[in-house]
Amino acid sequence: MSGFNKVVTSYEEALAGFTDNMTVMVGGFGLCGIPEGLIEQVNKLGATGLTAISNNAGVDGFGLGKWLEKRQISTMIGSYVGENELFEKLLLSGEMEVILTPQGTLAEKIRAGGAGIPAFFTATGYGTQVADGKETREIEGRNYVLEPSLTADFALVKAWKADTMGNLIFRKTAMNFNPMMATAGKITVVEVEEIVEAGDLDPNYIHTPGIYVQRIIKGSFEKRIEQRTIKPTNEQA
Amino acid sequence: MALTRDQIAMRVAQEIQDGYYVNLGIGIPTLVANYIPEGMEVMLQSENGLLGMGEFPTEETIDPDLINAGKQTVTAVTGAAYFSSAESFAMIRGGHVDLTVLGAFEVDQEGSIASWMIPGKLVKGMGGAMDLVAGAENIIVTMTHANKHGVSKILKKCSLPLTGANCIKRVITELAFMEIKDGAFHLLERAPGVTVEEIQALTEADLVIEGDIPEMKV
Repeated sequence: MSGFNKVVTSYEEALAGFTDNMTVMVGGFGLCGIPEGLIEQVNKLGATGLTAISNNAGVDGFGLGKWLEKRQISTMIGSYVGENELFEKLLLSGEMEVILTPQGTLAEKIRAGGAGIPAFFTATGYGTQVADGKETREIEGRNYVLEPSLTADFALVKAWKADTMGNLIFRKTAMNFNPMMATAGKITVVEVEEIVEAGDLDPNYIHTPGIYVQRIIKGSFEKRIEQRTIKPTNEQA
Repeated sequence: MALTRDQIAMRVAQEIQDGYYVNLGIGIPTLVANYIPEGMEVMLQSENGLLGMGEFPTEETIDPDLINAGKQTVTAVTGAAYFSSAESFAMIRGGHVDLTVLGAFEVDQEGSIASWMIPGKLVKGMGGAMDLVAGAENIIVTMTHANKHGVSKILKKCSLPLTGANCIKRVITELAFMEIKDGAFHLLERAPGVTVEEIQALTEADLVIEGDIPEMKV
């Protein structure tokens, strides 16, 4: 690695310095747009006591579901438990602390964290248990909750393409939380489908500029589908 | 006759106008997409980062990178856009979505809604629901009027943890179309063949009934 070349060639290098008790953001919505190889590597490293920030926690046996199985997460910050049975069990038993956060507030907390804004007021969650213990304020006749922003020791991000300097392009709804997380990690590691030379991506269409990115690795992705829904064909309809 | 799930969706669809940006929640709200009136153009917003959601894909066009908020594989229509979750909730929180349709466990006459957890039993997480109810001016809640034991879910005060307080104005159930104002439910329409008395009997909240209540056209 030299100058602005951020490409690493092994997962060990990609997650160098990753230790127990760290705070880690993981991109993705359900299983869509998750950094599969980086998740696998954290699972292999066996780091524990993690605070994981991710919209979901994968499914049983895949994605962050693997960290749950190995009890690597002590605190989970996310918006949706969904159909992940182990997640629900760890939550209900109190074995893992879970801070359920409204999805838009979660996205904005991460965006704000990366943008140097320590907290913001939002109407979301006012009058609900999400606002318990938080400062509230009336602004022009409406009530708002003060939400602190979020940053992380590591942000594990999935993008479609990167150039060697870390400029990123995401694909379709695999974008989701990834761009904000890229800005909010002290060390942002991006796993991509394709790495191209600097200059090969049109600067007009960069989603995330390389300044936010420390390491890039080319991964191979299973891209498991959670809810495979197909339009009925004429014969079936 | 109480409305079917599809008939509830049909009645909701009558509230859609040409050129609307609409967010549909999971369950009955999703069905609304099937009944958008002929000749109207509507763009469906999916909060995971898609404006212009299309129908389900075929085996040939299925793409794991293109899903909706229910994690189902979908397609994108002509003129669609992809964006981040922060951008998506800027649209929602900023009041740019014209109509939001979502489900609920309970609603009450103060306009509060409970839809995301049943303590000790079910924790799904709130997902985007709290942002949606906080951000949207124009919300329709679709739900069943009572549970299978006949216990009303149209309440004076919600008993479950809230998704949002004082934010709901319109509710459509299998029995009735109601508006919440001045601390009470106002009966606007009843399902075909359902009497005002039947609705009253399954409504725990204060229910205002003024004049003849018309039947829904579904």
